[in-house]
Amino acid sequence: MGARLKFSIETARRYPLSFVLKVLVVGSALLTLGALFFLLAYIIVNGVPHLKPSLFAWKYNTKNVSLVPALLNTLIIVGIPLIVTVPLGVFSAIYLCEYAKKGSKVVEVVRITAETLSGIPSIVYGLFGLLFFVIYLRWGYSILAGSMTLSIMILPLIMRTAEEALLSIPTSLREASFALGAGKLRTVFRIVLPAAIPGILSGVILGIGRIVGETAALIYTAGTVPRIPGSVFSSGRTLAIHLYTLSSEGFHTNEAFATAVVLLIIVLLINALSAGLARRLGGGN
Amino acid sequence: MDKMMVKNLDLYYGDFQALDDVNLAIPENQITAFIGPSGCGKSTMIKTLNRMNDLIEGCKIEGEVLLDGKSIQELDVNTLRKRVGMVFQKPNPFPMSVYDNIAYGPRTHGVRSKAKLDDIVEKSLMDAAIWDELKDRLKKSALGLSGGQQQRICIARALAIQPEVLLMDEPTSALDPISTAKIEELVSTLKKEYTIVIVTHNMQQAVRISDQTAFFLHGQIVEHGTTAQFFSIPQDKRTEDYITGRFG
Ligand SMILES: Nc1ncnc2c1ncn2[C@@H]1O[C@H](COP(=O)(O)OP(=O)(O)OP(=O)(O)O)[C@@H](O)[C@H]1O
Ligand SMILES: [Mg+2]
Repeated sequence: MGARLKFSIETARRYPLSFVLKVLVVGSALLTLGALFFLLAYIIVNGVPHLKPSLFAWKYNTKNVSLVPALLNTLIIVGIPLIVTVPLGVFSAIYLCEYAKKGSKVVEVVRITAETLSGIPSIVYGLFGLLFFVIYLRWGYSILAGSMTLSIMILPLIMRTAEEALLSIPTSLREASFALGAGKLRTVFRIVLPAAIPGILSGVILGIGRIVGETAALIYTAGTVPRIPGSVFSSGRTLAIHLYTLSSEGFHTNEAFATAVVLLIIVLLINALSAGLARRLGGGN
Repeated sequence: MDKMMVKNLDLYYGDFQALDDVNLAIPENQITAFIGPSGCGKSTMIKTLNRMNDLIEGCKIEGEVLLDGKSIQELDVNTLRKRVGMVFQKPNPFPMSVYDNIAYGPRTHGVRSKAKLDDIVEKSLMDAAIWDELKDRLKKSALGLSGGQQQRICIARALAIQPEVLLMDEPTSALDPISTAKIEELVSTLKKEYTIVIVTHNMQQAVRISDQTAFFLHGQIVEHGTTAQFFSIPQDKRTEDYITGRFG
């Protein structure tokens, strides 16, 4: 240790600039990690003591403020948009990267549209969902309206990340496949797509993150009813909205923290699951 | 017997003419080497033989390439590439297991039976002189292997569909001398069963392994003939300059 320290002091004197850079880099990493851990610790310390069995009651009432209905709704509202957007986004990305002519107008327009869409605040999506799904299509405040609104919101994200993932696959792999007499379809689905799956899944994880954390786009579309939904046309609140209402009502701050702990665990679980899946499907490398 | 014939071939990338009136015969069960300075059109020529240039936008070809006397333009492109296999300059194994790499080609062409695939994988790896090194690692990812091993996997992968012609574009340029020697030895044994075309920057390599040599310059063939004659009594002044290292 002593020797190493002396060594680094000497290097620092000899290369002052790289020493400063190193301090900056390590410092930034520590600061970021520190902020994350502080947040996690704060939530856990405030939340875990209030994780009572009554929070997990099947039925919600104003006394137990059960999070189970919100939890179920969250899973559904994560699931439906993924079922809608992953195939759609991945197939559009495949079209853009593998089939459309390089530098064609269509590709440019789609790309610019996607970029613009991903910059729009989510409340705007919420208002659109309210006008179109809730009122015009007469779906009412419903899980379906919320899910479709979120689908529109995360589609550009899924598509863009899938596109980047496909673009990052080296041409030499495609050539190898063609040179073996494989057609375009086989090359895309057997070689390019499997190699791109880890990248695609990282987009999916980001998408899940956005959905789980979304409130603005859901308040006007899925509503805030804290019940187990009877069908996709029932209104229902997700955990994030549940948290929002609990804390804004102000009577249940402790339970809100406990709910936040559960939400955190879910996010971690989903990420671990997706990472595992990526490793599985990515051909073991 | 000439396995392939190139007749009056011109090739353009957009406005740029990369091959100019190339005429060439590629004899069966022999090794034909393409040599020449960088950018002279060797890769372009070899890619024309299995129509890999079809993938390049703006590439226009005039003239004819024959395989067993039939124009390759009239063959289905995937059938052509099954008959004329290719190994690239940089090893490009698929990100999957060694076994799946080799089995990809046969599966593409309809082989489903596990027993048959097992046989093909074993035979191809043996032919590529890498079976002994890898027989216990067939299920491992091919990406974890050394460059030389990866290149021999790529050769095995090309052999697995039993092509008639094997095209190799500088197959050893990314490899160390030992792997290079292994692959040269391998190529020499393969000519019993295959017709081989190899691009090389290395004249010693051409002398060591090839039967025919063609010398390219600015998209034209300056001279071609048997390797022995080509290097001992070059007909053209430019060939002489090139092989004695006076330019290039
Ligand atoms: N896709 C392409 N588009 C436009 N021009 C190209 C393309 N590929 C090659 N060329 C040009 O065609 C000429 C021949 O290229 P080619 O790759 O066949 O050379 P080469 O003899 O294989 O060279 P090297 O020994 O460096 O590999 C070069 O001038 C090159 O710039
Ligand atoms: Mg080349």
